[in-house]
Amino acid sequence: MTFTSTFAEAFSLIASLDARVAEIVLLSVQVSGTAVLLGTLVGLPLGAVLAIGRWPGQQTGTVLVNALMGAPSVVIGVTVYLLLSRSGPFGTLGLLFSPTAMVIAQFVLVVPLMAAIARQVVEDAWQRYAEELHVMRFSWWHSLTTLLYDCRHSLLVAVLAGLGRAMSEVGAVMIVGGNIDGLTRVMTTAIALETAKGDLPLAIALGLVLIGVILVLNAGAQVLRGWAMKRYG
Amino acid sequence: MFPVRLRDVRFEPNGRTVLDGVDLELGGEGITLLLGPNGAGKSVLLRTLCGLLQPSAGTIEWADGPRPETGVMMVFQHPMMIRASVLENVSLGLKPLGVPRSERRRRAERILERVALSDRAHDSARHLSGGEQQRLALARAWLTRPRLLLLDEPTASLDPSATAEVERIIREIRTDGTRIVMTTHNLGQATRLGDDVIFLSGGKVREHAPVRRFFAQPASEEARLFIQGELPWKLPL
Repeated sequence: MTFTSTFAEAFSLIASLDARVAEIVLLSVQVSGTAVLLGTLVGLPLGAVLAIGRWPGQQTGTVLVNALMGAPSVVIGVTVYLLLSRSGPFGTLGLLFSPTAMVIAQFVLVVPLMAAIARQVVEDAWQRYAEELHVMRFSWWHSLTTLLYDCRHSLLVAVLAGLGRAMSEVGAVMIVGGNIDGLTRVMTTAIALETAKGDLPLAIALGLVLIGVILVLNAGAQVLRGWAMKRYG
Repeated sequence: MFPVRLRDVRFEPNGRTVLDGVDLELGGEGITLLLGPNGAGKSVLLRTLCGLLQPSAGTIEWADGPRPETGVMMVFQHPMMIRASVLENVSLGLKPLGVPRSERRRRAERILERVALSDRAHDSARHLSGGEQQRLALARAWLTRPRLLLLDEPTASLDPSATAEVERIIREIRTDGTRIVMTTHNLGQATRLGDDVIFLSGGKVREHAPVRRFFAQPASEEARLFIQGELPWKLPL
């Protein structure tokens, strides 16, 4: 099969809305979307806490988050695998090799990344506003929520970074999901498998969809951010 | 709350003297202008009064006991404008006081009328001009009905018409019963607004006098030179 014919067949699979491709894409979006949504709820406030909190261990927390930001996904995958395996502390939940396990693994992957970016964004705002918030007698909680609200457009970058990491990683979901056809097979694991099997058109089709999804989300976020910056300054 | 007494207040970060034994008494009424050259310690004195800075030595005594938790507000030269509407920015002042959202909004709308910003209520606060942002910041502070309001160069880099509008609002806040202490480099403004003047130089209070007397008969040579615009930036200590 030539390079050209491989791509032609890949485009044909996408254009014909191939059921296998659609199923894999849908599961990928569900798993990564859920992980990033949960990651947003935890990662952004965590970053803000690290930015404005003044408590013992804050520096350690920042170092830990920064270090975990670059943790290899297979290491996260193995850790979550051990936690969810039959002999692990959460083995009784029976989550291993399920989409839920994949969500958990991706959640663990994206939270440090989102928290680290959020910490930097919120810390910059905190340095500008700290005195005024103090004078207005803002509590720690009120300061945190106000800063997160003020930085909401810049924090989109953290969400996008999380989404990018979740959708493109392969190691963790492969380990905890098992790449089971029709159950836990997502775009990245399918690409790895189909390439190994020699079914390059399907691998290329999934790769194109993956890049397309990430491009569309980034473009959408960029438009939204541009509008918001124009609207609110 | 009043009188507020500062006794031998010193502020010496990293061994550098910024406030050098300030003794002051602030009564409960009027507008006090803090005048002095750059680096005299005016802004630091305001920050010390509102609790942002802790004196290295000396005491600040409030009539009712320790520094009150509420009732002291400060408006900065570059006030905070979060990425939200004018209305939201103004109502922020009431957030820590536990005022319900609907009530915050109602009171914010009312105060915006008094600072002539009603027509901009739903615009982004960051799109306001410098003068409008100062009016917003004054409204935010006024909304909390402070007993003491500290203003750090509220009209710096504003044009005459924006300055006049800010001065009108400051007078209204004063009429509402708020004690005001403000810094300025605008001597004309000092004569228009002030009841008394505290002249600071080198971190020391050189003179505290009613505004007319200060400008007509400054007690010190430094003050006289300052009024004439001849005071060097750094006085030899």
